[in-house]
Amino acid sequence: MSKQINVALIGNPNTGKTSVFNQLTGLKQKVGNYPGITVEKKEGICKLPRGVKAHILDLPGTYSLNTTSLDESVAVELLLNKNDKNHPDVAIVVSDVENLKRNLLLFTQIKDLKIPAILVINMADRMSRKGISVDIALLEQKLNTKIALVSTRKGVGIDRIKELITDYKNLSTEQNVDITVISPEYFDKLRSAFPNEDLYKLWLVITQDVNFMPIEKKLFKDATSFATKSKSELKRLQQKETILRYQFINGILKETYKVDLAAAKGLRASFDKILTHKVFGYVIFFAILLTIFQAIYDWSGYPQDLIETFFANASGWVKDTLPPGVFTNLIAEGVLTGIGGIVMFIPQIAFLFLFISLLEETGYMSRVVFLMDRLMRPFGLSGKSVVPLMSGTACAIPAVMATRTIENWKERLITILVTPFTTCSARLPIYIIIIALVIPEGSILGLSYKALTLMLLYLIGFAAAILSAMVLNKILKIKGRSFFVVEMPNYKLPLPKNVAYTVWEKTRSFVLGAGKIILAISVVLWFLGSNGYADDFKNADEIVTNRIKKEGFSDFNQANIQNELSAYKSALKDSISNNIYTIDAAALSDSIALKKTFLEERALHQEISSYKLENSYMGYMGKAIEPVVHPLGYDWKIGIAVLTSFAAREVFVGTLATIYSVGSDEEQTIQNRMAAEINPKTKKPLFNLASGISLLLFYAFAMQCMSTLAVVKRETNTWKWPAAQLVFMSSFAYIVALVAYQILK
Amino acid sequence: MITTVAQLKKGQKGIIKEFSDDSLPIKLLELGCLPGNEIELIQIAPFKDPIYINVNGSHIAIRRETAQLIELDIIDDTPAL
Repeated sequence: MSKQINVALIGNPNTGKTSVFNQLTGLKQKVGNYPGITVEKKEGICKLPRGVKAHILDLPGTYSLNTTSLDESVAVELLLNKNDKNHPDVAIVVSDVENLKRNLLLFTQIKDLKIPAILVINMADRMSRKGISVDIALLEQKLNTKIALVSTRKGVGIDRIKELITDYKNLSTEQNVDITVISPEYFDKLRSAFPNEDLYKLWLVITQDVNFMPIEKKLFKDATSFATKSKSELKRLQQKETILRYQFINGILKETYKVDLAAAKGLRASFDKILTHKVFGYVIFFAILLTIFQAIYDWSGYPQDLIETFFANASGWVKDTLPPGVFTNLIAEGVLTGIGGIVMFIPQIAFLFLFISLLEETGYMSRVVFLMDRLMRPFGLSGKSVVPLMSGTACAIPAVMATRTIENWKERLITILVTPFTTCSARLPIYIIIIALVIPEGSILGLSYKALTLMLLYLIGFAAAILSAMVLNKILKIKGRSFFVVEMPNYKLPLPKNVAYTVWEKTRSFVLGAGKIILAISVVLWFLGSNGYADDFKNADEIVTNRIKKEGFSDFNQANIQNELSAYKSALKDSISNNIYTIDAAALSDSIALKKTFLEERALHQEISSYKLENSYMGYMGKAIEPVVHPLGYDWKIGIAVLTSFAAREVFVGTLATIYSVGSDEEQTIQNRMAAEINPKTKKPLFNLASGISLLLFYAFAMQCMSTLAVVKRETNTWKWPAAQLVFMSSFAYIVALVAYQILK
Repeated sequence: MITTVAQLKKGQKGIIKEFSDDSLPIKLLELGCLPGNEIELIQIAPFKDPIYINVNGSHIAIRRETAQLIELDIIDDTPAL
């Protein structure tokens, strides 16, 4: 047999559906999006006995076929549309042994679609602890299906599922429930209007909330012989249908399902008492948050340093190995730097999703939602927005990706749009260097002004996020019935395999999705910064060398060389006078001369790159935007840094280092150099309180991060939202910085 | 006066009455919130909202505004904790 069996995996949330999927497919899975929408599509291949293969599609979790979200309608549409290439030959309905009654509701609906269906009862390992016993044979007979009793935790029962899939042709396609009894005359009318269609299928299409399958909907509008019912009448019928199904299920379970309540031990109650407590609940939540921050902020620093070193070395190696030329420079400075900029974020993303998936697997996340919902509601957000907003303080990229848990599209969109306001770790280098430059020494109540300024900047970020959420909540006209029903699942030990898959999947999708765009923009920025059309650019080496011959190095470099040289001399003298080593006078002056040549060459090199940048396309752009940034208190050099740091905020410091021709790794030097910069018009330091505050505020609000834009594009599937974000945040930043500078000036 | 789930005290139970309102989300019904079923209030979040209930074995959190739509008869012998 060469044909693959199409299998759809469907089930309630929290039934371990993903674990079943992982165990069936192993690593042979693929995650993408359904065309045109942001619903995640997971598929994989499963090897069955006797050389047969199955294509397994993991449908979004749903409680029933009555859809209320886009996710759910994807599932329903696939089950209804026989022409879809993924239309299942067989459906596997995953249920959880503790919530079997509720899970069977969905099962009976799928049965009624006349799709061959297998029932998987998962979490069998909990049965004895919960005092549950199930008569599988009788249940199979009553539901007219085949059942696999499975424990994904223990890896039991997976082979039985595979057997059942292989023999899917033997499954019955009889319906479980005849829903026409809820309103016989209505269904009679339906039948006479559409004699060739399946009644239950018609019923599902009529009652769907989410507008889908426009063609079939149109069919109903055109059918004049058929009078539709009002919305509330349909809803009544849906209620009747649900009650009817539960009657059927209750009748069956009475004979087949026994719970010995005395044997059931409730860990849930005692955990809930502590974790949702009005004091301890918050204390524990904030302790967990602190740990996550520490991981993203601090622990990921070590791998990030390694990555940075690795890419710097790789870039150096390419330059030394390949023949010099444009292509080599493109690889070394454009492509490798770009890839390095992507890989750099991997530790942070991996850490965040490690924690998020741990919290979700254990069932704790629902408790956070429960605790925080009331606090977030005034801002148009819900309890589910808390984790993305909090993790935004580390990095907005994983935070935006974490909004996927929010089902309500409006809430999710607002969360995505406001998250970049929170102070991410990339703003920190800028804040630190500017604060050190412009905020005066001194303290109030034992807190230094500098620390207070930093704290204020964090608070401003949060306030901006929350307040703009409030505004967006008012102006965004997105329909979507928002009711809040959150299941509080049982506490479970996380399955390491599931956690590992989640971390791997999220990291991979970031690298492949957003990474492409980041790489492209990095290459463009590199090109603009390292090319120029005027002779000034082409002959930079010569011009600068001649200038230095005539006028000497810039004042700053001269002083710097002097300082370093005298420091070197005194260090040498100290070693000699302390008898650490002895050298003769000639060797001494030789090594001093060598050091001097080295310092001068470095200064020459830096002045050339500075001159080149000034005359590159980027330099022209900097000068072109000077009139725009001048009212904020910046000159064209800061203008260039603002432009290049659009790629990522942390580039700001590096660009200034290049422009001021000092090495960017020497923070003290660049700070001194910035302090020495004089505004030619006012003859005062360029970085003063007014321009410093203006810069701080600009970076607090401006959307200076193309990686975030790329991720927002990926998550919202349109350029509309990232563009709105960019325009709104950056113009807001501009206005605030302008006002601040003009007042403080 | 009509009694609704919103008036339950922690630990109290009640039996859901026939619905009079069809604005109740269908999702709640699917989760087992049906006439005749028992409902128990497990926990109330800080700031009195949302509330955490066990209905028919489903442990779910709903907002107070939704809880006000579900009418019930309180079972008297369950002491308020």
